Amino acid sequence: MHIMEGFLPPAHALGWAAASLPFLAFGLHSVKRSLQAHPERRMLLGVAAAFAFLLSALKLPSVTGSCSHPTGVGFGALLFGPAAMVPVGFVVLLFQALLLAHGGLTTLGANVFSMAVVGPFVAYGVFRAAAGLNASRSVAVFLAACLGDLATYVVTSIQLAWAFPDAVGGFSTSFIKFAGIFGLTQVPIAISEGLLTVLVVNAMARFNAHELRALPVMLAGRKRA
Amino acid sequence: MKPRTWMTWAAIVLLTVLPLWFASAPPAEPGAEAPAMFGGADERAQQAIGTVAPDYEPWFAPVFEPASGEIASLLFALQAAIGAGVIGYWLGMSVARERARREAKHTESHAD
Repeated sequence: MHIMEGFLPPAHALGWAAASLPFLAFGLHSVKRSLQAHPERRMLLGVAAAFAFLLSALKLPSVTGSCSHPTGVGFGALLFGPAAMVPVGFVVLLFQALLLAHGGLTTLGANVFSMAVVGPFVAYGVFRAAAGLNASRSVAVFLAACLGDLATYVVTSIQLAWAFPDAVGGFSTSFIKFAGIFGLTQVPIAISEGLLTVLVVNAMARFNAHELRALPVMLAGRKRA
Repeated sequence: MKPRTWMTWAAIVLLTVLPLWFASAPPAEPGAEAPAMFGGADERAQQAIGTVAPDYEPWFAPVFEPASGEIASLLFALQAAIGAGVIGYWLGMSVARERARREAKHTESHAD
């Protein structure tokens, strides 16, 4: 989902940066407040960041014959709420833009918006909805991580289609083209991310139950457990 | 490991490995070279931009580019290693702490 350096016109690059900035500021504030109230969660926040670091480095083959990577931000969004993952995703994307020439500084705003804003918020929203419908924790976690991952790539397709509408068909033709590249490729990878997140959350529930009790992810399925 | 756990692991591995055999080559953009098999989706999107807006010139270049594909994969591996290291440290610590607590409880009940 990384839009390459220089591949968004300046107006779009600036616009997405402006859209991401308030989320980043709010996210930093939210992380600070959460760690002040629960200093013991510092380690866990590091783990959530490490998960995003690890997963977004893995480019996996997909059915479309191209490779793409999971984002790993849904997991942290379930632990700490979506706002906390904005600064985490920002750090991951900055690392890749500066050292790997993957993504870029001019497209950082757009990439932060898709991976660090929309991904975590969709994941969290899906989780709350599934939990509200009385789904088991595994199902809710799977849907959240999987759909959050997919949403990121849909947003990237929208961003590119908006910046590069087709000469004949306009936005929609262009969107279908980019979604065909990003969206389809991402389907099996998003499913993998969903399954992996379920495994990690289940392992955490087994070993760290007392530490996790107050986190949003443990709310689902509590009545059943 | 519970059967459901290892079945989930198997599903993840299959989802990742099966495309290596069953994926067909990505369709070529009109007027462009056929994309490489299992190239990055990011590069394919870049090619698609080239066909939608052939006149578009990227207006900014990366400040630092890995000197080669090998160096790039070194940095990606480093990124993954840092992530995996932190997770492994924490997971090991959690398991050990849980065991220590159980043992402490055990000896306590013996003392009674």
